[in-house]
Amino acid sequence: MRKLLCFLRDYKKESVLAPLFKMLEASFELIVPLVVTAIIDVGIAQKDSGYILCMCLVMVVLGMIGLACSVTAQYFAAKAAAGFGTKLRHQLFAHIQGLSFTEIDQVGTSTLITRMTSDINQVQSAVNMVLRLFLRSPFIVFGAMVMAFTINVKAALVFAVTIPLLSLVVFGIMAISIPMYRKVQERLDKVLGITRENLTGARVIRAFHKEEEEKSRFEESLESLTFMQNHVGKVSAFLNPVTYVIINGATVMLLYTGAVQVDGGILTQGEVVALVNYMSQILVELVKLANLIVLITKAVACGNRVESVLEIQSSMPKEMGLESPLAGQGMKPGAANEAQPGQKGLDRKQGMERQEKVPKVQFSHVGLAYQGAGAESLSDIDFSVEKGETVGIIGGTGSGKTSLVHLIPRFYDATKGEVLVDGRNVREYSLEELRRKVGIVMQRAVLFQGTIRENLCWGRQDATEEELYQALDTAQAREVVEGKDGKLDARVEQGGKNFSGGQRQRLTIARALVRKPEILILDDSASALDYATDARLRKAIREMEGSPTVFIVSQRTSSIQHADKIIVLDDGEVAGMGTHEQLIENCQVYREIYESQYKKA
Amino acid sequence: MKEKAKKKQQMGTLKKVLKYIERYKVFLVLSLIFAVATVVSTLYIPVVTGQAIDHILGPGQVEFPVIFQLLQRIGLIVALTALAQWLMNVCNNKITYEVIQDIRREAFAKIEILPLKFIDGHSHGELVSRVVADVDQFADGLLMGFSQLFTGVVTILGTLLFMLSINLRITLVVVLITPVSLFVASFIAKRTFSMFMLQSTTRGEQTSLINEMIENQKVVQAYSKEGDVLETFDEINGRLEKASLQATFFSSLTNPSTRFVNSLVYTGVGLAGAFAAMHGRLTVGQLSCFLSYANQYTKPFNEISGVVTELQNALACAERIFHLIEEEPQIPDGEDAGILEDVRGNVDLEHVYFSYDPAKKLIEDFNLKVTPGQRVAIVGPTGCGKTTIINLLMRFYDVDSGSIQVEQKDIREVTRKSLRESYGMVLQETWLKAGTIRENLVMGKPEATEEEMVLAAKAAHAHSFIKRLPQGYDTVIGEEGGSLSAGQKQLLCIARVMLCLPPMLILDEATSSIDTRTEMKIQNAFAKMMQGRTSFIVAHRLSTIQEADIILVMKDGRILEQGSHEELLEQKGFYSELYHSQFAV
Repeated sequence: MRKLLCFLRDYKKESVLAPLFKMLEASFELIVPLVVTAIIDVGIAQKDSGYILCMCLVMVVLGMIGLACSVTAQYFAAKAAAGFGTKLRHQLFAHIQGLSFTEIDQVGTSTLITRMTSDINQVQSAVNMVLRLFLRSPFIVFGAMVMAFTINVKAALVFAVTIPLLSLVVFGIMAISIPMYRKVQERLDKVLGITRENLTGARVIRAFHKEEEEKSRFEESLESLTFMQNHVGKVSAFLNPVTYVIINGATVMLLYTGAVQVDGGILTQGEVVALVNYMSQILVELVKLANLIVLITKAVACGNRVESVLEIQSSMPKEMGLESPLAGQGMKPGAANEAQPGQKGLDRKQGMERQEKVPKVQFSHVGLAYQGAGAESLSDIDFSVEKGETVGIIGGTGSGKTSLVHLIPRFYDATKGEVLVDGRNVREYSLEELRRKVGIVMQRAVLFQGTIRENLCWGRQDATEEELYQALDTAQAREVVEGKDGKLDARVEQGGKNFSGGQRQRLTIARALVRKPEILILDDSASALDYATDARLRKAIREMEGSPTVFIVSQRTSSIQHADKIIVLDDGEVAGMGTHEQLIENCQVYREIYESQYKKA
Repeated sequence: MKEKAKKKQQMGTLKKVLKYIERYKVFLVLSLIFAVATVVSTLYIPVVTGQAIDHILGPGQVEFPVIFQLLQRIGLIVALTALAQWLMNVCNNKITYEVIQDIRREAFAKIEILPLKFIDGHSHGELVSRVVADVDQFADGLLMGFSQLFTGVVTILGTLLFMLSINLRITLVVVLITPVSLFVASFIAKRTFSMFMLQSTTRGEQTSLINEMIENQKVVQAYSKEGDVLETFDEINGRLEKASLQATFFSSLTNPSTRFVNSLVYTGVGLAGAFAAMHGRLTVGQLSCFLSYANQYTKPFNEISGVVTELQNALACAERIFHLIEEEPQIPDGEDAGILEDVRGNVDLEHVYFSYDPAKKLIEDFNLKVTPGQRVAIVGPTGCGKTTIINLLMRFYDVDSGSIQVEQKDIREVTRKSLRESYGMVLQETWLKAGTIRENLVMGKPEATEEEMVLAAKAAHAHSFIKRLPQGYDTVIGEEGGSLSAGQKQLLCIARVMLCLPPMLILDEATSSIDTRTEMKIQNAFAKMMQGRTSFIVAHRLSTIQEADIILVMKDGRILEQGSHEELLEQKGFYSELYHSQFAV
């Protein structure tokens, strides 16, 4: 939480002035009982109506000054809080933008969204409240005590005993109940979980007629929640009565000491009234303070969550290049080759030295283990692809197809071996330079809110209309655009809801094509297209100008069988590599996949 | 007019709320009694304190015996007040938490018997928030708000009475000035409303951007669009800062302003009181008592305006919950409902009409006769309503007219339990409950032995991956299957059905998330399972379709064609078109 406070740095003035004016207001409030004392001891005692009028005027003026101070304080507090929230939101958003896929996978997008929205809002409103109240309340509590001391030391001792006692009770009860409230929240989450489960799983639960069982499961968690709530309720029910007893006990003490002092001529009657007034002011402020502390505890929890996101280091800083020790190791292609000396490795080395025919994309004994995973998701992947070639990647679910292609634009870093593009390790590129070369169409076809044109221009900002249509033609998506009112300027709703799955897929392909990538990756991105469209799409891509290197990931053999090279993955390992004919001949896994889709037909 | 209708509805809701509280009326009455006791004794203390002060006049003029007596009285009252306050809190807690529990229990029980039509037609997140957040807010708002309102009113009335009993004129001063703070508060609230609206729409705009961009962060990065996105974000963020500053600042004016009015009341009392005291119509003690009343009297006024909005809010929440609780449940099983026994697999659909929305006709006059052991394949493009048939067979939805019969018994005349027990179902959307793998597998057959379970898991090719999980069959999987892949979840669902082996099967794209090779391996197990069992299969693989005895071809929710593979190809209709476009390479 502490680190977040540096976002208040630009609002130093406001953050200091707000509490200052609040304290100023509080000081005026503290003077009021003294004025009342003066009215009683001087005005009433001497029957001086002029004096009384004058003092009442003073009270009104005090009130007005207090109002002015308070308004000023509120303004500064609001300004600092709004500014703080804005800066924090900006920083967090920018930070999330800079996180690599590894971190995003780890934290999860829904968590990130909550951090960005409700957590920051909570922190912002807490900052506002703290600036306004956190100093004011203790100030009044201690101010009242100080004022009491100026009136009479002996009577003030009652204050000196009462305040610590009260604080002990208030904060003690809070210290006990706050962890209990956390437990209540946990149990409430359980109730929530069961409810959600019974909605999403309604069909299955009914199919297995588990309704009664689910009801008793719900009842169980409901009762445990109610039990905990009553438990906490009992503890916090003590707060009001106990503080009430203490304050009034103190008042009784005060009256007694006051009586003795007045009897001895040390105190006046009016001063006793003032002391009683101060006592009641303390009670009001302590209650406010207790509420504020509940708010702060919540906000600190939110703040810590936000901070933990800010503390995540991107494993892939934008301009990393050579500095990273990992990159340094992976950079020497020779090292990898020496580890596994072989005719093939030597050939490649010589090829690179000649700098002539460098493969477009090369995987050299690549392994990938996701963070936190026990085993490697990819192991010992070794192949190279020439410019303009088409590579098909096929394999079962979870065989590592997507992981493999995600290494090319460096969404993840290989944990073993190296990935080379144009003969350079991908770690040597800046991310932007590398990703400019690559157009990737992901499994989930995502469009953004805006117009079709805006979506396509994600590929390249300055693409002309002609270029856009060219890409649409290749992606077999022209009809999608023509079918919409406004053509390229037709609205796209959030998530592309107003397009069908197949339309979305074709548009995302077009988006990737707009940037005229050197390397085009289609990650199972034609799954919603029928076979004929899929075939036309592949043909159009083959005929594209600039002959990009194409990677096609698919489960359908028909989508990849005409590729120059097919990589068959099985459980993260290469089970076979070659052309369709070669693989049918000598790769059992491929044959099985092929037959599962064709033989029986 | 509209206002009136709304008021009426609110009254209706309030009545229903009272019904829930009625069960705890003893506690409610006690709570009210303790509340009155608390307020009255709280108000009485300043009077006694004032009397004590009046006996502390000056040096040598302190009457200790009287003061002792008064102080004792204060002590006694304080003890009683504290006790009453504590008891009131306990009663309030009891009512609140029990009512919450009752409502949640009822809401959940309703969820279990709601027609699927309702569940499908509502966002689950929204329904969950009704059961959780709305109930909480309703209980907090209504019961706490009510007790605040009640004590507030009692405090105001009590203070008035006490003040009147001391001095009429000063009471008038308090009564006349206090409403000013109400005016000020409502004036500010009205002005700030539009600012809050602006803040919340801007915030909504930002949240939707955040949702969109963070959810699709990977695409953003793939296109190196981080900078542009941040720019858009900052633009909204800037507007939010302004809106937020305005809303926060202006709304925070309420507090100082009402406090200023309160200080005016205080001054007024001081002025009037001092003059009265000067002329001997009021003692100093009474003045001090008045001053403390002036503070107490204005406070409930400031609170009440807040409480009223809170109450309205709580009623709105209550209304949403009652909508759920009062929702028409599915037609319960008739008392004379029979039990389906000895199901062999005869299913007859006769003149079935059905549609989700009366305005949009779907299934019309659909007839189908399935004999034991037949396979029915349902094919068609994605989103064509293949699931509708399953909804009808399982009686998740009732037909509009016509009938569905199993073993010549109308399925509406047998218990749902016995009907659903006759089917084994694997759906495309795999659903697993939070719990262990074992709990999920034996869902349909809790009495299954370990051996049977493992056998079923092996048949579904799930055993090998379950074995590799940290705790094997006792591994706890999170809500909705948690860390398992879609394919693994589907394998578990298949194993779940393989374990109970009911006489009829429904397979809705049961292998859609499984790769073709694994699928082929499971096919044998499937084939064995389907042997002699009537099965309904929503399929996308040609092999499954060709082997079916009856193929239903659907498009846009309707059944277009029906027949065997050869018959349909001969018809040269939609099926043959579909066949040629998808399968002929």
